[in-house]
Amino acid sequence: MKTNKLEIMVCMGTGGIAAGGTEVLSAFESAIKKLKIPAKLKKGCSVHKVGCRGLCARDVLVDIIIKEKKSTYQYIKPDMVQRIVDEHIVGNQPVADWLATEDYHNFHEKQVKVVLSDCGNINPESIDAYFAVNGYEAAKKVLTLMSRQDVIEEIKRSGLRGRGGAGFPTGVKWEICGGVKNAQKYIICNADEGDPGAFMDRAIIEGNPHSVIEGMIIGAYAIGAGKGYVYIRAEYPLAVERLRKALEDAGKKNLLGKKILKTGFSFDIKVKLGAGAFVCGEETALIVSIEGQRGMPRAKPPFPVHSGLWGKPTVINNVETLANIPHIIRKGPDWFASFGTEKSRGTKVFALTGKVKNTGLIEVPMGISLKEIIYDIGGGMDKGRDFKAVQTGGPSGGCITADLLDINVDYESLAKVGSIVGSGGMVVLDDTDCMVSIARFFLEFTQVESCGKCVPCRIGTKRLLEILDRITAGKGKEGDIELLEELGKDIKASSLCGLGQTAPNPVLSTIKYFRPEYEAHIRDMKCPAAVCKELIEFTILEELCKGCGACVRACPANAIKGEKKKPHTLSSELCVKCGSCFDVCKFGAVKKE
Amino acid sequence: MINVTIDGIKTSVHRDTSVLDAAKQCDITIPTLCHHPKLTPYGGCRLCIVEIKGINRPVTACTTPVSEGMEVTTSSPVLEKLRRTTLELILSDHPNDCMVCEKAGDCTLQELAYFYGIKENRFAGERRVYEKRDGNPLIERDMEKCILCNKCVRVCDEVQGVSAIDIAYRGFRSKVCPPYERDLDCEFCGQCIRVCPTGALTGRMWSLKGRQKDIREVDTICPYCGCGCNITLDIRKNEIVRVTSKEDTINEGWLCSKGTFGYKFLNDPARLTKPLIKYKGKFRESTWEEALGLVAKKLLKTKEKHGPDSIAGLASARCTSEENYLFQKFMRAVIKTNNVDHCARL
Ligand SMILES: Cc1cc2nc3c(=O)[nH]c(=O)nc-3n(C[C@H](O)[C@H](O)[C@H](O)COP(=O)(O)O)c2cc1C
Ligand code: SF4
Ligand code: SF4
Repeated sequence: MKTNKLEIMVCMGTGGIAAGGTEVLSAFESAIKKLKIPAKLKKGCSVHKVGCRGLCARDVLVDIIIKEKKSTYQYIKPDMVQRIVDEHIVGNQPVADWLATEDYHNFHEKQVKVVLSDCGNINPESIDAYFAVNGYEAAKKVLTLMSRQDVIEEIKRSGLRGRGGAGFPTGVKWEICGGVKNAQKYIICNADEGDPGAFMDRAIIEGNPHSVIEGMIIGAYAIGAGKGYVYIRAEYPLAVERLRKALEDAGKKNLLGKKILKTGFSFDIKVKLGAGAFVCGEETALIVSIEGQRGMPRAKPPFPVHSGLWGKPTVINNVETLANIPHIIRKGPDWFASFGTEKSRGTKVFALTGKVKNTGLIEVPMGISLKEIIYDIGGGMDKGRDFKAVQTGGPSGGCITADLLDINVDYESLAKVGSIVGSGGMVVLDDTDCMVSIARFFLEFTQVESCGKCVPCRIGTKRLLEILDRITAGKGKEGDIELLEELGKDIKASSLCGLGQTAPNPVLSTIKYFRPEYEAHIRDMKCPAAVCKELIEFTILEELCKGCGACVRACPANAIKGEKKKPHTLSSELCVKCGSCFDVCKFGAVKKE
Repeated sequence: MINVTIDGIKTSVHRDTSVLDAAKQCDITIPTLCHHPKLTPYGGCRLCIVEIKGINRPVTACTTPVSEGMEVTTSSPVLEKLRRTTLELILSDHPNDCMVCEKAGDCTLQELAYFYGIKENRFAGERRVYEKRDGNPLIERDMEKCILCNKCVRVCDEVQGVSAIDIAYRGFRSKVCPPYERDLDCEFCGQCIRVCPTGALTGRMWSLKGRQKDIREVDTICPYCGCGCNITLDIRKNEIVRVTSKEDTINEGWLCSKGTFGYKFLNDPARLTKPLIKYKGKFRESTWEEALGLVAKKLLKTKEKHGPDSIAGLASARCTSEENYLFQKFMRAVIKTNNVDHCARL
């Protein structure tokens, strides 16, 4: 792409499209067309879409590269396009007001992009764009120059561990499966990504689908698989569309199919849509789901590497794991291992959400401190509020508190404090977040997503949820906290699969670090963060109320009365605790506690 | 053979034996609700969890195959506590109506609740309530009592090959039902009733007719076809309450819908108990001597007049092999014709 004189890149991941990326792209296309660029120069000019570059909150993001000088615009709407073309492209004078601000650049500064390196830079729907960034070089190298064992050795040496949650060493998994004698083997890419708030895998497939396909080709070669599946949730229509297009294009170039690149190796990939069940991300459930049965996990052993899809040896890898593979082959295992810590090599993509200034998708070297993620990349706490905790690992994870902010984010360190890296969810919480409600939120999710097979998970999580329900409703009883702990531990110990075995984690970890907050709900009938509706009270502070009447108009329950310009009063009997008055009062006269 | 130690007892068992079966061979019982020896192990009820040296969490005995040198503990304070919690959880979502349940006295769940002495329940909470009942004519499906052991689903699929039911929904709402929760419309073999460990599945016909402790068992052979399945009649007050079959029989305890549900004719008032003879277009009651005498007379007359080959015999599939043997012998040796056939051959 470097040869282009002018390149305009419009972010069109799911976030970009939602913000109007399609319209912005066509506005640029027609504006450029109107410029009537001479045919000779046209070759060096390209307007195209790119995948997500992480900071979706600023969408639509547009990069303009003129003679290798890149400027990034944020919050672009179609009606802003003409001015950018006139002033920047024709006049060579960037529109300073709309350029991305310093914190946009800070957001990217501390990140180290490996799997996301090309996401947001290349057109995900063009195989030529992937070729231009050395795409499929790794596959070529593997198929023509390396033995199966060589590939496995390289991956083992890189120290890559599975990014789907469990962190199992990928090279070892491949080695075991490679060693099983069977003419028919499978490799499956797990793109089910069911954790609430996670969108790492989606962004990778939307932004650079070929990197995942290339990783699968290499994996298939290493283990001796002739067939692959991508199990992807149907709720990711854009990712599915781009993946299908990529598979078709790769097939046309003989990168998939019979005798790939004229070598003796044949391999093909099928797409299987999942129906949006969290548990189908669990590997044994995923396998039976592909087989056409209800997705319910089964006991291991046998492990899929021995008996997986249709009873054949099968490797299941996460999207991000596979997207790392071409980079490792191309740049070498030592290069990869130079990132991260001794036991957690490489980088990890996280979905940074919650109460930080910059929310979005980030890729950082393993072992980076939590503080750096939140304050340097995340830009610090939103609205200047106080940091309370970070919840990592989604519904299977736990929370990390303020005194542990210096912790290194890697598999071992997070496990030591009772949390996990998991698939990469990272929710930052501030003092307006109630920890009991947070635990309840995750549990509500796992409860409805339990496959129903085993008792502790199916009924146990329901009972945990009921206890949390009554605590947040001000009906908690003495002994409830202990009951949560007892039941939580039993569920962990006796559930069949990872879902049940980890479902109580958010509860247990919030109790461990925020027990007084639970106690306040039960004993004092107070929600310290003023979140739990049943436990909060709205009052109007006479001394601050200016009698503007904004709250009266906002209140849906007619609970506020008062004469104009005189202090108003709020009837706690009529109040439905929606918080509208609190939100609209400009004078801070509504008190919530 | 594989050497294992279970609760200190050393034994050797066949490769591919599950820990559960190995324990059984040592006379050690491990509680289960979802296990059935003829069905694929499921691992859902979590009661058969055991400790295995070297594995850091309890595993289910039904799904774990033995391996050389394995050391298994089937009961410990930790295991018993987990089992207790599991049982309490099941019971917290179960109607407490054993006093009116068909299955009382013959219910695995009730049995376990008794032995674990579960009187109070720490986890009382919402219970599944289903207003709409399955309207099929033969099988009472009280899904509020279902513990989702999946045995009925597996037997329907693996033994009967019908797959009429499966688990629908997720989480606490999970429910065993036919597609789209329509009324069950299957072969009605009743295999599911046979394996259900609770009162969730029972026969409509035997509702309120008597529970297990009230009945007398009579082992016999099913009269419906030549298969000769072994059946057991559960009898109360000289009336068949239901038909079951034992697992150690040639039919391994499985029956078809006729064997299971087709017993009402026995006490039907319209059932013939005396032979009838048609005289001038009307049936009249008779005796066996008279009726058989009439048949013999007519057969002889026909044979004399038209020869033996003017007579043919068609035997019934409902006769036993012995009866069919006698029938052909009669045709060949007495009537002296080879004109014998059997409806099952057609
Ligand atoms: C309830 C549950 C949900 C899971 N969901 C996913 C998922 O969405 N994506 C994923 O890659 N792995 C998921 N996993 C982990 C997979 O079972 C499996 O470990 C992983 O795909 C292996 O790939 P890796 O070694 O590359 O990480 C899930 C596990 C559990 C227990
Ligand atoms: S732990 Fe939950 S999700 Fe996993 S098998 Fe049991 S019921 Fe299903
Ligand atoms: S109906 Fe009976 S056999 Fe079927 S799952 Fe429920 S308890 Fe088990």
